[in-house]
Amino acid sequence: MTTLLDVRDLVKTFGAGEAETRVLRGLNLTMTSGELAALLGPSGSGKSTLLTILGTLMHPTSGRHTMLGVDLTTASDHALTEFRNLHIGFVFQFHNLLPDFTALENVIFPTAVREGRETGSARSRGRELLVRMGLGERIQFPTANLSGGQKQRVAVARALMNRPDLVLADEPTGNLDRASALQVMDLIGEINRDEGTTFLISTHDEKIAAQCRRQIVVGDGLVTG
Amino acid sequence: MLYALKIATRYLTASKAQTALLVFGVAIGVFIFIFMSALIGGLAAFIMARTAGDLAHVVIQAEAVDPALLPRKSKGTVLLVQETSTRATAVLKDTPAFIPLIEALPGVIGTSQQINGSGFLTRGGQVTQVSIYGLEPGKESVIVDLAGYMVEGSATLGTGDVLLGKTLAEDMDLQLGQTVRLQSSSGIEALLSISGIYETGSGGPDRRQAYVGLATARTLFRMAQGVTRVEIKLEDLYAADALAPRIRALTGLDAKSWTEQAAQLLEALNAQAQTGYILKAFALLTIIIGVASALLLSTYRRRPEIGIMRAMGAGRWFVMVVFVSQGALIGLMGGLFGAAGGYGVLLAFPARETFGPGQSGLPIDITQGAYGLAIVLTTLGAIAASILPARAAARLDPVTAIGQ
Repeated sequence: MTTLLDVRDLVKTFGAGEAETRVLRGLNLTMTSGELAALLGPSGSGKSTLLTILGTLMHPTSGRHTMLGVDLTTASDHALTEFRNLHIGFVFQFHNLLPDFTALENVIFPTAVREGRETGSARSRGRELLVRMGLGERIQFPTANLSGGQKQRVAVARALMNRPDLVLADEPTGNLDRASALQVMDLIGEINRDEGTTFLISTHDEKIAAQCRRQIVVGDGLVTG
Repeated sequence: MLYALKIATRYLTASKAQTALLVFGVAIGVFIFIFMSALIGGLAAFIMARTAGDLAHVVIQAEAVDPALLPRKSKGTVLLVQETSTRATAVLKDTPAFIPLIEALPGVIGTSQQINGSGFLTRGGQVTQVSIYGLEPGKESVIVDLAGYMVEGSATLGTGDVLLGKTLAEDMDLQLGQTVRLQSSSGIEALLSISGIYETGSGGPDRRQAYVGLATARTLFRMAQGVTRVEIKLEDLYAADALAPRIRALTGLDAKSWTEQAAQLLEALNAQAQTGYILKAFALLTIIIGVASALLLSTYRRRPEIGIMRAMGAGRWFVMVVFVSQGALIGLMGGLFGAAGGYGVLLAFPARETFGPGQSGLPIDITQGAYGLAIVLTTLGAIAASILPARAAARLDPVTAIGQ
């Protein structure tokens, strides 16, 4: 197993002066390729901030963040955008699909935005992913017509579209009923097993966390377990 | 780029009513732009045709001879001295030499050699003072379109013919073919036959002018050779200022542009054009403000989606193109609809060529609608209007945007 990402002494503060809040306080974390890890911790422990920094959507205040051997700590916005598109997938709690687009159009977005157009191969890959997610009958459906569980599965398919090395999922089942939550987790487990995609899943749900092979506990801005 | 355009199109079609309203608003602005262009252009062309259109664009006038000084023969007081007019003595003698040179200049349509003066028109007991214009036969309509203004008879001036204005003919109760007596300021009389009656629509020419052949004018003003004035017509009347100095250099004579004598008309036309530009600029400004505000609202409404796109790997440039494309599409559609609507409405107005004196309504010129310019300016304006919202969208922090 090779090292996928490594963060050292990660610090993130918000605000300044008396209003300054230190969310991450020198956090260290290493993940290897192919891991299926749960990120656990109480609200305000810094889970979401960590995911945001790992997803290159935010710079840390200090510390070092590398992924695939690339130092992302001080990379430019353009470089981070490109890196994110190629290597990282996101699944959000509230699916965050583009409402005016179909399921297929949402899924192929990460590839189309890179290629500058919707290619035939992208459509083919998108269909394949949706079929795998059990949405073969909903490929051309506007996302507004899908149920919550279906939307979240579309979001998972979108996260996998560019065959990312790392998928960051922030409470992916937090807004789903138990059956839908288990279905989404089964799919994540299957993809992790079959394709070796690394998943880091932030959750409060111990049953979801139990389905992951590694549990990372964050408390007070540090990895505590 | 192509993909950004697709997303822009999808955003516009997703809110059909809002987009339709926006396009309609832009189209109204374009319609005003086109209507004002056609109206101001038509009005300017109409005024020019009715005023400068009948003017000579460049005039060569013989320099007036200084009046003779009255010698004091005795210590008594002079009560009255009768002198012949000095106007007839101011003569251009070398016209056969320089007329071909002038007519060879580029932009010159034609020249008219004239002998002009004043006199009295008499019919029975009625006498009216008139300006006499002696024109070359065959060149009667080079400067004033006499042939086009004829209401009776012909504009061709033969020996013994005279053309009179309609008002003058009515005032003196004259008919086509009747004989009248014309006496020049030199005191010479001629009996002339009315060969045509014209109506220019202007008071002076219709009431106080009489056109005769050049030979008749020579007799009336005792001018065996030469002319008093040469008038020159140009293809482009605005070229007169440039051409007059060339003619001066070519002939050594005092050639004057029409603009020297019609400065007020030119100022009025310029002021009218400026007013048109201001109105069109306001129409364009309204379009820009409308598009900018609508896209700013759209940017705010789509903040979470912008955040998602950025998270999925869309760069700031991509987001900019999505919103600028929306502006461009709105501008283009509004421009096309506005131009089509404007053309359709202008079709209902009478053509400017058929717009005559005394006719009510607007002298709109449908060919001066500036349709292409309206579409291009509107599209560019809408693009400019969308830059600010697009920049705001591109600068959104994806984390904040998604977190909404």
